[in-house]
Amino acid sequence: MRTATHGRADVDRRVRLSFRDSARVASVGLRTRPLRATLSALGIAIGTAAIVGVLGLSSSSQAGLLAEIDRLGTNLLKAEAGRTFGGQTANLPLEAPARVSHIPYTQQVGHTGLIKDAKVYRSPMVPQANTGALQIRAASLNLPSVLTMGVDRGSWLNAGTVEGPVAVLGSVAAQRLGIDRVHPGLRIWTGGQWFHIAGILKPATLAPEIDASVLIGYEAADKYLGHVSVSRGEATYGPPTTLYVRTATDHVEEVQAALARTANPQAANEVNVSQPSDALTARAAAEGAFNSLFLGLGAVALVVGAVGVANIMIISVLERRSEIGLRRALGATKGQIRMQFLGESILLAALGGVAGVAVGALATVVYAAGKGWAVVVPAQAWTGGIAAALLIGAVSGLLPALRAARMSPTAALRTV
Amino acid sequence: MVYGEQPPVPALRGVSFTVRRGELTAIVGPSGSGKSTLLHVMGTLERPSGGTVRIDGVDVAGLTDTELSLLRAHRIGFVFQQFFLAEYATVVENVADGLLYTGAGLTERHARAEEALGRVGLAHRAGFRPPKLSGGERQRVAIARALIGRPAIVLADEPTGNLDSVTGTSIVELLHELHADGATIIVVTHDTELAAALPRQIRMLDGQVVYDTAATQPHDAVGRHEEDGVR
Repeated sequence: MRTATHGRADVDRRVRLSFRDSARVASVGLRTRPLRATLSALGIAIGTAAIVGVLGLSSSSQAGLLAEIDRLGTNLLKAEAGRTFGGQTANLPLEAPARVSHIPYTQQVGHTGLIKDAKVYRSPMVPQANTGALQIRAASLNLPSVLTMGVDRGSWLNAGTVEGPVAVLGSVAAQRLGIDRVHPGLRIWTGGQWFHIAGILKPATLAPEIDASVLIGYEAADKYLGHVSVSRGEATYGPPTTLYVRTATDHVEEVQAALARTANPQAANEVNVSQPSDALTARAAAEGAFNSLFLGLGAVALVVGAVGVANIMIISVLERRSEIGLRRALGATKGQIRMQFLGESILLAALGGVAGVAVGALATVVYAAGKGWAVVVPAQAWTGGIAAALLIGAVSGLLPALRAARMSPTAALRTV
Repeated sequence: MVYGEQPPVPALRGVSFTVRRGELTAIVGPSGSGKSTLLHVMGTLERPSGGTVRIDGVDVAGLTDTELSLLRAHRIGFVFQQFFLAEYATVVENVADGLLYTGAGLTERHARAEEALGRVGLAHRAGFRPPKLSGGERQRVAIARALIGRPAIVLADEPTGNLDSVTGTSIVELLHELHADGATIIVVTHDTELAAALPRQIRMLDGQVVYDTAATQPHDAVGRHEEDGVR
């Protein structure tokens, strides 16, 4: 039996619920009304899923693009005949490829020559104007290896076919001509001449201009399309208009500096030198930019979710007055009631946040797997998503929790 | 205890009595007599605007809200007319929650809940959920929850109010048994018949005690009020 003296000491002792008990008490609302809890957590789940999904997808696509750049190599340089001061299209000298190949650290030089006035048609019956915006280029035989570009169907030109009326189609060119397979007897009409189709190329990521082109040998260009230049008084095939140069990976800059004046010593300013991988890298960097819209939408969903949670918590506090009264009668302090409802709100939001992160990550995994990208869900995305959910739970639960704690026990026990 | 602002209406006036350890007391009166307010004041759920309330020797006037909560957790058990059982939890969990805010561990709470259920004759219903129980059984669960912490005092607010007369009688019998075991119980009721069955009755009307069976024994009436207050 207690006596008055050590009774007072009892009263002074503060009671703190164990973590397990706190969690059990905070989850009462969730356990008794699972549907309501699910629906109110849904808003937050949608918001976090949107944010995590958008960040995950853009990071994965960025990673995919960077991996593609890595695979294609950043050591490719492109030298293109620009324009003269007079505004005419300049040409590269016939000897440019040979000269460029002497620049130190140059590994491979491939080239194409744009045949300016030739048009490509599926057959002579196609109206003249329907060119499909296709270009016809003479190509060096090593072009696919310089551009790390594969052949999709059929085969690339070879020493035999460069002289004949034989063409290989870029991927876009094949599409525009309505050709999706290669078979003997398949021909296209260009320059008043049938050309047989030897093959179709895969997309050339580093040189998109190749995709919309029909490629033939230099000799054939000379023979059938009149693409000639004069060297030492003699007509010979050529000239090239674009050089593709593979360099040693660590010496790209030196080669780039020497490229224009080596290709055309007389008019170095007429040569445009670029690094095609730069464009891709810029695209990878720009990939994140359009996401702000979706991130904004995700944030709006989070705010709406927060309002939903706050609303549900206020209703919950009103509905559970008798529970609050009972708990106060059983000895719960104001702080413990406050923590119960704050905990419930945080738990609700955290469940929504975790579910949202899972859905967002899953969407990223599925989409990235479909595209063959590496799956990247940035740590900031999922930690941020869960942290945002916890914060929202705390903020939207604060007012209802304060109300619950402020409620006088007798008023709470008075049944409505 | 004063309610309202203009004009203030005192809900209790000059109420002074002592309940000794082990007593079974009825506070009886019609609606509006102030008996519920008295129960809330005795249970420290409400602070009186004047006067002294002592629970187990502790004057509650100087205690903070947290200290009052602790006092309720350890010294006071409540039984309500509406039972207030959690339907999602089993009977034994409901009873164990009577110790939740005392700092006792889960294992101890459950062991003592089993024991308390035994005291009210419901050990066989431990794993049930309240909706499966009859009204009388639910009230027994609520009584077990009030008893689990072996409080200095059990306050029962119309414990038979929601029950039929047979069940009500069995609850009163249970209260008698618990009283015989040594529990201190105050039953607040409007039911004079129920009150008459209890050893001591305090009758209330308009916020005042009009009759106290203990006060008819003249030997120690006045002195005890002032020294001990509500015990």
